[in-house]
Amino acid sequence: MVHGEAWTLKEFFVYPNEYIYWSIQIVMYPFMTGLVAGAFVLSSLYHVFGVKQLKEIARFSLVFSFALLPCAPMPLLLHLQQPLRNHHVLMTPHFTSAIAAFGIVFLTYGMIVASELWFVYRGHFVARALHLRENGRGVVDHLLAILFSLLTLGAWDVGEEALHRDEKAVKVLAGAGIPVACFLHGYAGFIFGSVKANALWMTPLMPVIFICSAVVSGIALCILSYVAVCQLRKLLGRRAAARDDLSPGDEPGGADPAIVALTARYLLIFLVLAITLELLDLIFRGYTAVKSWDILRSVIYEKDFVKIFILQYGLGNLVPFILLSLPRLTIRRAVAGTLLVLLGVFMMRWNVVIGGQAFSSSFAGFMEYRLPIVPESMETFREGLGGALLVAGMPYFLFFLISRVMPIFPSRQNY
Amino acid sequence: MITRRTFCKQALLVAGGTVLPLAALELFDPRRLLAEKEEGAKVRWVFLVDTHKCVGCGFCVKACKIENEIPYDAHVSRTWVERYVVTKDGRTLIDSPGAARDGFTSSKIDQNSAGMVEVKDEEIAKAFFVPKLCNQCDNPPCVQVCPVGATYQTADGVVLVDRKWCIGCGYCVMGCPYGVRFFHPVYNVAEKCTFCYHRLHKGMKTACVDACPFGARQVGNLLDPDDPVTKVITSERVSVLKEEYGTKPQVFYLGLSMEVK
Ligand code: SF4
Ligand code: SF4
Repeated sequence: MVHGEAWTLKEFFVYPNEYIYWSIQIVMYPFMTGLVAGAFVLSSLYHVFGVKQLKEIARFSLVFSFALLPCAPMPLLLHLQQPLRNHHVLMTPHFTSAIAAFGIVFLTYGMIVASELWFVYRGHFVARALHLRENGRGVVDHLLAILFSLLTLGAWDVGEEALHRDEKAVKVLAGAGIPVACFLHGYAGFIFGSVKANALWMTPLMPVIFICSAVVSGIALCILSYVAVCQLRKLLGRRAAARDDLSPGDEPGGADPAIVALTARYLLIFLVLAITLELLDLIFRGYTAVKSWDILRSVIYEKDFVKIFILQYGLGNLVPFILLSLPRLTIRRAVAGTLLVLLGVFMMRWNVVIGGQAFSSSFAGFMEYRLPIVPESMETFREGLGGALLVAGMPYFLFFLISRVMPIFPSRQNY
Repeated sequence: MITRRTFCKQALLVAGGTVLPLAALELFDPRRLLAEKEEGAKVRWVFLVDTHKCVGCGFCVKACKIENEIPYDAHVSRTWVERYVVTKDGRTLIDSPGAARDGFTSSKIDQNSAGMVEVKDEEIAKAFFVPKLCNQCDNPPCVQVCPVGATYQTADGVVLVDRKWCIGCGYCVMGCPYGVRFFHPVYNVAEKCTFCYHRLHKGMKTACVDACPFGARQVGNLLDPDDPVTKVITSERVSVLKEEYGTKPQVFYLGLSMEVK
């Protein structure tokens, strides 16, 4: 079977070689990079602009952004027909191609996030290493002590001045990171926006639309995960308290509604921006009505109507907009709102990537994408539901691992 | 203590030292050396399709599949033939069943999931066949978008894919406005018509040109004024496909109609 044949359904006239070649993983790719960029921008709101109330969620989203980072190129690897040759992009980058610089941009961004994290946690690493060296017992503690010593990179000075310098470095890195994060994602938009052969993709607005929706999705995921982690901690804390007979005041509280409400406000700003741009694009296309408009119209208003107007704009944008902007935001409402926002952004990616291939470049026929659910082969796993879930679940696993070393909440233990 | 003077000196030294090897790269650009030696290209392969002569037998598609080892039953092909049926009430129906490997054996028009459509003879205003293949564009977007340079243009104008270097990202497939690219079912890399580059270099014609019993397909060198193909292209009214994309396609057509996509 030819690549793409398993999930493509053709209608009317489609060129014989045309199939849906960019499938679910290419939907996941901008979705994941969007989350990375968005989470980072959120953490920078505290570090750079000094929005004090965001302190707790800032740390959280920085670590989360780092956990998401390796998951951005993952869908690309799963999508490549020759995944083992991925390093060719770094070996012979062909810079007229929008994808060629991906490795470079991505690594730059990764290094910025990693060094920012290091400055944030250096004090913690030193304290931990010293504590373990003195009080550590057994092999595990010994190994941990070595790990933390290594993580300090030999910078043991935790004097007032040194820590102050750390803070400054964090600020600089967070500031430098914002444009790079935006670039990383705007760049993903450019990959689509610059394909002149595709009538739906080709628009200079694409990178900007991508950045705005990226920030929206990143903030939404951070709120959601922040609430989830807080509730989990509360639950575990209660259990521990019951076991150790601690006084109830010692257990950690749940998510702070004030923080959630403030963060949601930033989310709304970017949401409005994103919708405005998307609508502008749509109106412009309808008004100028160039050659491709006939087929685009039938895709947008007929074939993909439910996906675009019900799922993306309705459920994914309008409903959460109302939910989040009504006064006295409760945690529960925020969770519902952010979940819907995530759905909306995911559907937007879907409608761009899959929607862009929903019509033949002959403009005389349509293609429909059938997401492979039950994997019958490696191909239908990689580019099917299984592969997508793998990519979506990975950040949580990494987040768990990383947060073992870099605690995201101020701990009650003293070293 | 480093003074400003020594700092400037050393900085210049370092900068100079880094630029020098880069300059060497520019000096020894092999392509430029070759171009200078050959004093400009002498060959530009182009294609000429006379749609008036095509009867839709599909011999070209068959020959191409065999010559270029594209699995015979796979639903992809380097070249294909389209059938256009325009009805008196202005509808245009197009199909290319199985890339027309076996020609058009039924008068019903294959509309994929919309089924086979029967058009009565008396309703037909005009009907014709159009062979398609890679346009070996002069400004090929597929070459532009390949992130690793696996798709490249030769000096004589043909666009080729390096099967050992392609990572299979599919960007070129998306970038080609003519839908000629696909993934090779065996090698799993980008695949397309090469004008039978291996044959052209031996002084032969492409497999499809040789297989066409009616002379609807011809290949030639545009830079040779005595080439019969060049003569037709320069003296007759020819057109190309999808000019609006700025790809400068090099497959020229005689007798194209406005319905052709
Ligand atoms: S027709 Fe398509 S594959 Fe061939 S050179 Fe032009 S853009 Fe590239
Ligand atoms: S599929 Fe291969 S030839 Fe095409 S753009 Fe990707 S690497 Fe280049």
